Amino acid sequence: MPWSLPPAASTFAGDVDFMFWLILVITGIAFVIVEAGLLWFVWKYRARPGRQAHYTHGSTKAEVVWTAVPAVTVVVLGIMSNGIWVKVKGRNSVPPDAMEVAVHAKQFEWNVTYPGPDGTLATGDDFTVRNQLHLVVNRPVKAHLSSEDVIHSFFIPDFRIKQDAVPGMQIVAWFQPTRTGEFELACAELCGHGHYSMGARVFVHTQEDYDAWLAERAAAQEVTP
Amino acid sequence: MTHAHASTADLMRPPFPAEPGAGVYSNKLGMWVFLASDVMFFTALIGTYIILRFSTDLPWAQPGAVLNVPLTAFNTFLLICSSVSMVKAYAAIADGDRERLKFWVLMTILGGATFVGIQVYEYVKLVGHGFTPNGYREGSELATLAAAEPLKYGLQTAGIYGSTFFTMTGFHGFHVTCGVVCMTWVYFKALRGGYSQQDYRGVEVIGLYWHFVDLVWIILFTIVYLI
Amino acid sequence: MTSVAAVHTHDAPMSFWRKYVFSTDHKIIGIQFLFVSLFFLLVGGLLAMQIRWQLGFPGQPMPGGGILPETMASEGILLPEYYVQLVSMHGTFMVFFAIMPLLVGVYANFLIPLKLGAHDMAFPRINMASFWTAFLAGLIMLASLFVPEGAIRSGWTNYVPLAARPDYSGVTWGQILWCISIVVLGLSSVLGSLNYITTVINHRAPGMTWFRMPLSVWALFITAILGVLALPVLQGAAIMLLFDQTLGTHFFDPLEGGQALLWQHLFWFFGHPEVYILILPAMGMVSDMIANGSRKPIFGYHSMVFAIIAIGFLGWIVWGHHMFMSGMNPTLGSSFMISTLVIAVPSAIKTFNWMGTMWRGNLRFHVPMLNAVAFVAMFVIGGLSGVFMAATPVDMFIHDTYFIVAHIHYVLFGGSLFALFGAITFWYPKMFGRMMNQRWGKIHFWLTFVFYNLTFFPMHNLGMAGHMRRIYDPTQYEFLRPLQPLNEFISISAFALFAVQLIFAANFLLSLWKGEKAPQNPWEDNGLEWSLPSPAPHGNWERVPTVYRGPYEFSAPGTPGGRDYLPQYERLPTDREPAAALAPALGD
Repeated sequence: MPWSLPPAASTFAGDVDFMFWLILVITGIAFVIVEAGLLWFVWKYRARPGRQAHYTHGSTKAEVVWTAVPAVTVVVLGIMSNGIWVKVKGRNSVPPDAMEVAVHAKQFEWNVTYPGPDGTLATGDDFTVRNQLHLVVNRPVKAHLSSEDVIHSFFIPDFRIKQDAVPGMQIVAWFQPTRTGEFELACAELCGHGHYSMGARVFVHTQEDYDAWLAERAAAQEVTP
Repeated sequence: MTHAHASTADLMRPPFPAEPGAGVYSNKLGMWVFLASDVMFFTALIGTYIILRFSTDLPWAQPGAVLNVPLTAFNTFLLICSSVSMVKAYAAIADGDRERLKFWVLMTILGGATFVGIQVYEYVKLVGHGFTPNGYREGSELATLAAAEPLKYGLQTAGIYGSTFFTMTGFHGFHVTCGVVCMTWVYFKALRGGYSQQDYRGVEVIGLYWHFVDLVWIILFTIVYLI
Repeated sequence: MTSVAAVHTHDAPMSFWRKYVFSTDHKIIGIQFLFVSLFFLLVGGLLAMQIRWQLGFPGQPMPGGGILPETMASEGILLPEYYVQLVSMHGTFMVFFAIMPLLVGVYANFLIPLKLGAHDMAFPRINMASFWTAFLAGLIMLASLFVPEGAIRSGWTNYVPLAARPDYSGVTWGQILWCISIVVLGLSSVLGSLNYITTVINHRAPGMTWFRMPLSVWALFITAILGVLALPVLQGAAIMLLFDQTLGTHFFDPLEGGQALLWQHLFWFFGHPEVYILILPAMGMVSDMIANGSRKPIFGYHSMVFAIIAIGFLGWIVWGHHMFMSGMNPTLGSSFMISTLVIAVPSAIKTFNWMGTMWRGNLRFHVPMLNAVAFVAMFVIGGLSGVFMAATPVDMFIHDTYFIVAHIHYVLFGGSLFALFGAITFWYPKMFGRMMNQRWGKIHFWLTFVFYNLTFFPMHNLGMAGHMRRIYDPTQYEFLRPLQPLNEFISISAFALFAVQLIFAANFLLSLWKGEKAPQNPWEDNGLEWSLPSPAPHGNWERVPTVYRGPYEFSAPGTPGGRDYLPQYERLPTDREPAAALAPALGD
C-alpha cells in the first residue's frame, strides 16, 4: 500500500501505528457525524416557500453534551499517547543493552561513527562511515545525534522514529529494528537547498553479518588511518 | 452632554466629551494597549537574555567588571527623577497651572535627554574599551584583561553578553528617545496654549509611557548591571 | 451634541488623494487592505504553482520557466536554490500578507465601526498609518525576491542557525529584508490592533452591550488582543535575527553561546496565537453568515463567545506542540500535548453550534452561505487532522511530512479562505454599492470546492507514506517513488484550483462596474451596517443608531411585517431606550 503507512520495522512502530489508526477511527466517527449531519441539514432544511425556521437560542443540555464528549475523548487520547511517548522519548527510556552509534549531521550528509570492535564509543578503534547506518536486527540502538551546522532531522520512516539533530545540543534517540533488510534514512527538517538530497541507507543485519561487516571495516580502518 | 463630577475618582479623570465604554478615554486606553504590546516586546528581549545567561554553565562577567555601574546608577537616579518631574507636570495641569506644566515638562525632557546622552557616552567608552555586540574585540584592552582573568570577565560568554547588553539597553534608549521627542511635542503644544484643566489627555498619556520606560529601565539596570 | 455637528464637516468634498489614498476613513482603509492583500494572495498562489510543477514533474522544464533568470531556473528547470525560496516565500506571503491582512486588515477595519455603530475607528490617523506600514512591509518583502541570491531559503519559520548564517543558507539580502519587513509589519499590526481594541471598548452605540455584539466583532476583538501581544514577540525575535546577520551578535549561534531552540520558542510563542489570528475572524464571520443563511438565531451565542475567549487564552500555552521533535524536554512535550488536545474542545463546541444553527432552519443558499457551510465542513477536517499531530507518538512519524501540509491547508484554505470568499461576497454591497454576480459566485464556489479537495486531501496520504515537506525532488528517495502519480495528480488539481480562482478575480473586478446596484439590505440581515445606504457613506451615520436587541433575531415570533428578520436598530413599541444613550464622540 504505497499510499498508506509504510510497513512497520521497529519495536514501537506497532504502538505508533495503533495510535494512528485509533485516532483515525475516533476522528473518522466525528467526521462522519459532522459531515453527514451537515449534508442532511442542507437537504432537509433547505428554503422552501412557507417554511418557518424554528426560533431557538440554543439548548444548554445539548451544549453540555457536545462539550463533555470531545473533552473526555481528547483527554483519554492524551493519556494513551503519553504512555507510548514516555516509552520512546522519555529520558530514562533507552534500553541498557543498546548498541551505541554517533550520528553527526552536516549539510547535506549523515556521518555515522561506530564503536568499533570494542563496542564502546569514543575509543581509538571507532570509525566513521558516510551515509550508511548499519544495525543489528532485534538489538536496540542508541543514537547520539549532533549537528555540525544547522538543524537536521533524523527520520527513518519504517522505524517510525524522528528526532532533530540540533547544533550545540547532544540528543539521544533510540529504536530497535525488527526486520533485516535495507531501509532509508531521510532528513526531515529543511536544512538548506540540498535538503532533498540528504538521504542515507540503513542496513539491518543479522548479528553474524554485522560482525563480518564490522571486522571488514575495522581492518580497512587500520590500513588507512 | 454633561457629566457629574462628585467623587474623587472622577477628579482623576479630566472632563471632556467622554466615550461610553470602559470609562477610560480612548487615548489613554490606546496607550495602555500599546504598553501591553511593548511589555511583550521587552519580554522577548529580556527573556532571551535570561535564557541565554542562566542556561549556560559557563561563567558570566561579574557585575562591574565591564560596565560602569556608578555612572549608570547615577543615570538610573536621573531617570527616576524625570518620572517625578513628569508627575509634577501632570499635577500642575490638573490644577490648571500651565506655567508650572511647561517648567516640569522641560525638566522631564532635560532628564530624559541627559539620560540618553550619558548612555551614548557610555556606549562610546565601552566600544573604545573593546566591548562590542559580538563580544570583546580582538586586540582591545578588554580582550587582554579577559584573557588574564577569564572568570571575572566571563571570557567564554562574552559574545552573548555583548549581544544581549547592546540589544536590550539600545532598544530601551530608543524608547527614551521617542519619549523625549513626544515630550518636546507636548512642550511646544503647551507653549502655544495647549492643555487646560478641562483637557490634559496628552500630558497624562505621555506620562504613562514615560513611567513605563522608567520601570523597564529599573528592571534592566537590576538584571544587567547589578547581578 | 458636538459629535453630530462634526460629522457634517466630514461630508465636505475632499481631494482624490485624501479620499482614496491617504484616507482616514475606516471603510476606505479596509478596501485598500482588500486590494493589496488580494494582490499578495495572487503572488502566493503563483509561487505555489511553481512548487507544484516541480513536485509533480521534477526535472522537467516548467512551461514559461524560460523567462526565469539563470539563478532560479536552468532552461526552465527549477533549481533547488530557487525551490526552497518558493516554499519559504509562499508561506510568508500567504500568512503575513494575504490571510492575516484579509481577515484582520480588511474586516476588522470595515466591520468593527459599522457593526458597533461608530462613526469611525478610535484613532483614524493611526489606522491610516497601520495600512501604509503594512503596504511598506509588503513592498520590502516583495523586493526580497529580486535581490541578488534571492529571497530567504529557510522556510517561513526561518529556523536558525540556517537563517542566521549566510554561509549556511546562501542568502544575505533576502534574509535582511525579510527581518525588516516583519518588524515593519509587526508595527502595522500593533497599530491596527490597538485601534480595534479601543474602538470595541469605547465606541459602541447606545444599547450595544457586550453580549449584543455580533460574533464577528467578538472574534475580531479577541484576535486584536492576540495580535497586540503576539506580534511584538516576533518583532523582538526578528530584530535579534537581523542583528545576528548585520551586527555580528550571537543570539542564535550555538558556536558562540547562542541557542538554536531559542528561536523556535520565540517564533512559536508568537506563531501559535498567530494561527488563531488566522482563523478566529473567519469563525466569527462564518457565524454571522450561517445565522443569516439559516434564518435562525445562532445556536448557543454565549458558548460561542466563551469558546472564542477560551481559544484566545489556550492559544498561548500550546506553542511547544510545534517542537515535539526538536529535542525539547519530553516531559514538557507531554504537557504541551495535553493543552493542545484540550484546545480541540472549544473548536468542537463551535462546530456543533454551527450545526445547531442550521438545524430546523430555513436555509438560503446564497454564495456567502455556501462558502460558510463549506468552511464548517472543511474546518472539521483540518481540526480533526490536528489531533494526529497533537498526539506525540503519532507526531513522531508525521511531523514535517505532507500530513501537516494537508492540515494547515485545510485550516487556512478550507477554513480561512472559504470564509473570506463568503465574507467578500457578503459585505461587497456595503463596500462598493454593487452586488457580485451570484451565478458566477456559485460556479466559482463549486469548482473551488471540488479542486480544493482534490488538491489537498491526497496530501494526507503522502504524509501517511512519510513524504517529507519542503523537499525539492521526491524521486530521490526510493520509498517516495511510488507516490509520484499522486504528486502529479495533486499538481494538476492545484493548477485547476488556481485557474478557477480567476473566475473569482473576474467576478470581483467586473462587479465593481457591472454589478447589479445593491439595495440597502440585500441579505435581509440584522446588523447595524445594513441601516446605511450601499455603499456606506463617509462618517457612516449622521446620528448613531440605538441598539435594541442581539444581532441574530431571525424568525422571531411576532416580527412585524411578516419578515423573518428583526434588525438590531429597529425599535419595536415594546422596546425600552437603553440607559446610557450617549452618542460616541467622532474620532480622536
